Amino acid sequence: MADTKTIEPKSPALVRAWDWITETQIWTSIFRHSAPINDRNRVLVMLSNVFLHMHPVRLRKSGVRLRYTWCMGGMSFFLFLVLTFTGLLLMFYYRPTLEYAYSDIVGLREHVPLGIMREMHRWGAHAMVITVWLHMFRVFMTGSYKPPREFNWNVGVIMLVLTLLLSFTGYLLPWDQLAIWAITVGSNMARATPFLGHEGPGASLMALGDVQLVHAADDARFALLGGTFVGEGALLRFYVLHCVALPLVIGFLMAVHFWRVRKDGGISGPL
Amino acid sequence: MDALKSFIDLFADPRLFFLTTVVALVLIVWKRETFASDRWGWGLMGFLVVFFGFGLFDENFKLIIGKPDNVPIVALIFLLLFFTWFSMREAVRNDRRLSAGEPPIEKDEEDRVWTWPDLVYTELIAMVLCTVILIVWSIGLEAPLEQPANNANTPNPSKAPWYFLGLQEMLVYFDPWLAGVVLPSLIIVGLMAIPYIDNNPKGNGYYTFNERRAEVTIFLFGFVVLWSSLIILGTFLRGPNWNFFGPFEYWDIHKLEALTNVQLSEYIWVRWLGMALPGNWLVREIFGIILTIVYIGVLPVALAKKGLTGYYEKLGPTRYYVTVLLFLSMMSLPVKMLTRWLFNLKYVVSIPEFFFNI
Repeated sequence: MADTKTIEPKSPALVRAWDWITETQIWTSIFRHSAPINDRNRVLVMLSNVFLHMHPVRLRKSGVRLRYTWCMGGMSFFLFLVLTFTGLLLMFYYRPTLEYAYSDIVGLREHVPLGIMREMHRWGAHAMVITVWLHMFRVFMTGSYKPPREFNWNVGVIMLVLTLLLSFTGYLLPWDQLAIWAITVGSNMARATPFLGHEGPGASLMALGDVQLVHAADDARFALLGGTFVGEGALLRFYVLHCVALPLVIGFLMAVHFWRVRKDGGISGPL
Repeated sequence: MDALKSFIDLFADPRLFFLTTVVALVLIVWKRETFASDRWGWGLMGFLVVFFGFGLFDENFKLIIGKPDNVPIVALIFLLLFFTWFSMREAVRNDRRLSAGEPPIEKDEEDRVWTWPDLVYTELIAMVLCTVILIVWSIGLEAPLEQPANNANTPNPSKAPWYFLGLQEMLVYFDPWLAGVVLPSLIIVGLMAIPYIDNNPKGNGYYTFNERRAEVTIFLFGFVVLWSSLIILGTFLRGPNWNFFGPFEYWDIHKLEALTNVQLSEYIWVRWLGMALPGNWLVREIFGIILTIVYIGVLPVALAKKGLTGYYEKLGPTRYYVTVLLFLSMMSLPVKMLTRWLFNLKYVVSIPEFFFNI
């Protein structure tokens, strides 16, 4: 009897190509383990990937339920990333001076075919304000600020304020009527700051003899605007705050916030 | 049709608007068992869709709703109502289980799942959906750009960015130092104080109402009624000269509203005692000052003795006084609103000599 000849079924070309790619030295140098289709690799992928390592390896079932989280915190973070990216692109085209600010925005609108970066930046910013509020709403309604998460709630409140300030400073940059008058209305409040605004209660007490220390050209509003009205100084100040200072601070606080979610016991749940 | 529009316009008076939201909250909290049903939730959403659909056929309504920067606030109305209903629904569902001696739903979901794939795929889908919505929104609606900035041309009305319109609405009732500086700071301080003054160990990590009645009610009042509904009011219903306009009303710049607001000092010295206003501000404003001191100084102590004794004992003196002072500062807005509407009261204490008006 002749030996029966067995033919190994050939795997499809794509599978072979995939196998070959994942066995190259380049691939194995990037991914230290194979696909997370078994428990061992599901642990490894969380531990070895810098982007995933802020997640735990396993989490409460309610933590992945839309019913419980509304996904609002994650959505806020994602919108922040979208805003960072679109904002970066806008910075290539926008110059924060009285001469160019408005015409650069007009240019973005008129000369960029299919350009939606400004739209994505503006609507994304509005959406982020809403998602941050709803995130706070959810955290409150589930009582997730209670011990041991008191401190993280506070970090969150500060980030909520920073989100509003980021949106507020960005509102001025198009330098149109909508922008300066919204900022004028908003910043006019600062002149009524107790003791530190020139129309605030107690400002007249801040005097050495008959020299007034707090007046229109050095009060809280002046510090905010870099001038006595919304002008060149305010535009530059708001630009720097919007593009550099506030994103840095909120980015730092986000790191603290996510770290503390993990350290305070992960996503909240009944004790 | 026009009769319906004028009826809605009539209804959209600041007093009625505010009272409606308060009554709605009271009903939501009180009749939550009914409100939590699916029929109510979807009915409410359907009503909103019908209302906005109906409104879009009206020129004035379309003008204010269709303003590009107002579109997010339309979305906010839907989201806010939906999530208020949804969180109450989940709270009611858990409360039923708790009263039957069962643990909350979240307790049943305590077993762990793998982050990969359960969470990362959820996140991926959320990111894709978010991106799609944002791109469609961006293609469909152009970002607004008005005339170049001009310091000499003040638009009427001049509005702050929409998320600060609740604060701008407070300017109707308070001076800038309170509405723009002190009360916003107290909102931040108050939010940050929540985890430290709320020492109720129950309701940690799951939806519930019965275990946290006062906390949830106060938060809903502050967030939904005061903060959010005043933003909606300020965006859609405040027109030229900060006058009130119904959603179907034409923004007539010449609309006149009688404003005869009277100071408390005038009420007492001139109208009741029949005297001229004293020259000395301390004498002139003494009643208002006493009233303010009673409100923030005496009232908390009195309430600790009678009325809120239970809370005083549960929270201890420090937590109790911080809570009550923050609560009274929050309630100062509705109190000021009511006195304005009922008595045309402008300021309780009015010392323009050094910009001190309450």
